[in-house]
Amino acid sequence: MNWTIAIPEIALSVMGMGILIFGVLQKRNTFHMCSMLTVGALVVTMALVLGGAGGLGYSGLFLADSYAVFVKLLVLAASILGVVVSLDYNEHENLRRFEFPVLMLFATVGMMIMASASNMMSLYMGVELQSLAIYVLAASARDDLRSSEAGLKYFVLGALASGLLLYGISLVYGFSGSMAFDHLAFVLSDPSRVSAGLVVGIVFVVAGLAFKISAVPFHMWTPDVYEGAPTPVTAFMATAPKVAAVALFVRVMISPFGHLLAQWQQLVVLISIASMVLGALAAIGQGNIKRLMAYSSIGHMGYILVGLAAGTELGVRGVLIYLVTYVFTNAGMFACIVAMRRRGRAVERIADLGGLGKTDPGMAAALTIFLFSMAGIPPFAGFIGKYFVFVAAVNTGLWTLAVIGMVASAISAFYYIRIIKVMYFDAPEAAFDLRPSSLSVVAGAGALFTTAFFIFPAPVVAAAAAAAKVLFG
Amino acid sequence: MNAAGFPILTLLTFLPLVGVAIILTVRGEDAIVASNARWTALWTSLVIFALSLVLWAKFDQADPGFQFVESANWLPQVGLTYKMGVDGISVLFVLLATALTPICILASWESISTRVREYMIAFLVLETMMVGMFAALDFLVFYMFFEGVLIPMYLIIGIWGGPRRVYAALKFFLYTLAGSLLMLLALLAMWNQAGSTDITVLMHTLFSPRMQMWLFVAFFASFAVKVPMWPVHTWLPDAHVEAPTAGSVILAGVLLKMGAYGFLRFSVPMLPDASAYFAPYIYTLSVVAVIYTSLVALAQTDMKKLIAYSSVAHMGVVTIGIFTFNAQGISGALFQMLSHGVVAGALFLCVGVIYDRMHTREIARYGGLADRMPAYALTFMIFTMASVGLPGTAGFAGEFLVLIGSFKVNIWLAFLGGMGMILGAVYMLYLYRRIIFGTLVKADLKGILDLSPREIAIFVPLVIVTIWMGVYPSSFTQFFDASVGAMVDHHQAALASTTKLAGVIR
Repeated sequence: MNWTIAIPEIALSVMGMGILIFGVLQKRNTFHMCSMLTVGALVVTMALVLGGAGGLGYSGLFLADSYAVFVKLLVLAASILGVVVSLDYNEHENLRRFEFPVLMLFATVGMMIMASASNMMSLYMGVELQSLAIYVLAASARDDLRSSEAGLKYFVLGALASGLLLYGISLVYGFSGSMAFDHLAFVLSDPSRVSAGLVVGIVFVVAGLAFKISAVPFHMWTPDVYEGAPTPVTAFMATAPKVAAVALFVRVMISPFGHLLAQWQQLVVLISIASMVLGALAAIGQGNIKRLMAYSSIGHMGYILVGLAAGTELGVRGVLIYLVTYVFTNAGMFACIVAMRRRGRAVERIADLGGLGKTDPGMAAALTIFLFSMAGIPPFAGFIGKYFVFVAAVNTGLWTLAVIGMVASAISAFYYIRIIKVMYFDAPEAAFDLRPSSLSVVAGAGALFTTAFFIFPAPVVAAAAAAAKVLFG
Repeated sequence: MNAAGFPILTLLTFLPLVGVAIILTVRGEDAIVASNARWTALWTSLVIFALSLVLWAKFDQADPGFQFVESANWLPQVGLTYKMGVDGISVLFVLLATALTPICILASWESISTRVREYMIAFLVLETMMVGMFAALDFLVFYMFFEGVLIPMYLIIGIWGGPRRVYAALKFFLYTLAGSLLMLLALLAMWNQAGSTDITVLMHTLFSPRMQMWLFVAFFASFAVKVPMWPVHTWLPDAHVEAPTAGSVILAGVLLKMGAYGFLRFSVPMLPDASAYFAPYIYTLSVVAVIYTSLVALAQTDMKKLIAYSSVAHMGVVTIGIFTFNAQGISGALFQMLSHGVVAGALFLCVGVIYDRMHTREIARYGGLADRMPAYALTFMIFTMASVGLPGTAGFAGEFLVLIGSFKVNIWLAFLGGMGMILGAVYMLYLYRRIIFGTLVKADLKGILDLSPREIAIFVPLVIVTIWMGVYPSSFTQFFDASVGAMVDHHQAALASTTKLAGVIR
């Protein structure tokens, strides 16, 4: 049996358990130590992923192809940034628990399995492992009412979504006789075998996955959970799991259900339009920056789904490039949000950023870069992502979608630009506390990537193109 | 390699960023940082201007094609290249941008006293974006610079502007962004058909007339806002009034030209059928702009607002000229763009001079300045006359050529467009009379000082260019004669082939 293809996942799990045992056995507080070990484990896993073998194994449950490698590397990078962002915050907010990074690590294992899923069963296992770890993380600030509420809300709604997903999987299985992606694709290549029950099953699967990526109309949990969860957890939730869930969504739609494009395309187009429009409009009235980021991420998911709606190789390539730009911009953005701390207390109103251009020019410049990037203003990375997604939409002739996307993009620029206005044009508030170097590193790395990506996009584009090609191979 | 022997356009585009890097490394006390930033920015922009004179010297005026072309692989997988080059249409705009930047930096020497370092950085970044935009030969590269201009300009208006700067900056940003996004869609559609975003390729790609209509509308949404054409001009008076003096100069001098340049570079050569189809609508909007905004300008009490509205009127003449599709009209439009860039910029500087002294732009607060400020009165008069279009100044040749061009199309168009010159004389002379002439009765004006050496240094080159353009216009027109001729021929040939095609189908 070709068990070696899962070495990265196995290694990461083993290292995670090792860190757990290390944390339990030590008498003193080992939060910092365990975080560092987690980062180390993630880096080692990245190397293993890069050098790992490819192929299908574990009775067709697990697939390691270049698409999975691309997604896994991005997920691991996002997780590393997430762990680093949480370092300082947790010290301050009395969340110095060694389980924290370990939970992030196990969520990452779940995401890697999602990236490699080639069967409905492994898909579900990956989603659940990832979700369960994050439910706990969201509620990890036990003394904070909002955090507990966020955790509970996320858990209840997440369980509902998992139920929908399972129900959809059972319908698909019942009407097609298989759960393996390759077999499903083979069965569905014959249109006469596509029954109404199967389409209903696909709709349920789409609904379950749309919940995981917080696309409209399954977005209701997002603002509350984003606001309530401790900020580093929000930062983590906004990056790595989104990447994994989008990647999974794309793989499920393209590989087993690719022949049914005509059936699900309308659905994805609708979800995409609704997400872009809601993300653009609902964010305008927000005063809390974490809530704003929630709506912003809903909008971004809408843009990403534009690529999926195209249903072509170009579209998948666009999705992957968008994910790369999205991860680095968001990680940097959240590093800045975590750094918003005045006299030891975290603040999260947009008004708290007033006059940041005077009090902390470096952070204001970084935030400006991220916000312009998210608004899709060239030459920043966000523009490149949007460009490739819309290229695919235009290429397939999805004009309505493209025009609505552009209009939504112009509207959403309003609230991004408004934050820049607050930072530079408003009267200064008291300065923030000194920024810890861990956050400066993440924000700096994010800003550098976001600014310089346009100069050398070719390697990422080439890798994304190669990864997208696999799905259509 | 190109005629200069080195990648001159890339250097011109990105040298300002070297200045930015130097300014960023300056540390120390505020006063020292500010002074260092000023001098670094000035020297950077002067070096760039000197370098850009190579374009002037080495440009082959007989060649209608692109020169100094350079290209590098950027994203070969999707047919995107980094490609730069200038032809007769764009070369003078590159020079305009590099010439106005040092003037602007000099004009902000004393009037900008807060956050000087950031201001100079914003200006140098702005220069990169402007030069890059005029030199870009790839549509996506063009788009990136075109949009990128918004970022520094938004900050310049919003941070160093007047009391209502926040509103003005936001309006400026959102108006122009909304337009440009539709252009991005058009860009994608063109790329989808042609498989390349190389401008030289797109110019020779045939788009079906139906597709041209849509593309034209998308381009129009973007460029009309930038020009700005009536009725989407309303961001301009706000932006001008609130922007600091140098910001207004760049806005009027270069940024307004981006829209007209877009029409010339994309709409007319790439979409000949749609351009011909939409020309009457453009004429209508332009004529309304010329007459309506001239009348609005007459009623203004704020100097900057008056000049802002006059800019809209002058740009209306430019759009008429572009869409006449004949050599005179287009040459006139180009000349008018250049002269307006110099003259309107200079007029904003004139306003800035007395604003720096009195801190008001209210026309009624002035009067009789000729008494105390003879040199200023003379300078202001030269630019007023140029704005009016007096023969012998920069404003004349452009308007005259446009009128000839529009006369060929329609006599009423020429008549109504010509109204702009008359009304322009009315509001400009009226403005001049109220500020400069009369008796000096206001007590606080008694001690006002005439031009300082720094201000004279700013105005002398502008006066020289204004007179030069008026007395010997052909030293400028010969740069673009060949390109304009080729463009008109291309347009006519494209229209003829479509008609033939239509005949065959029928």
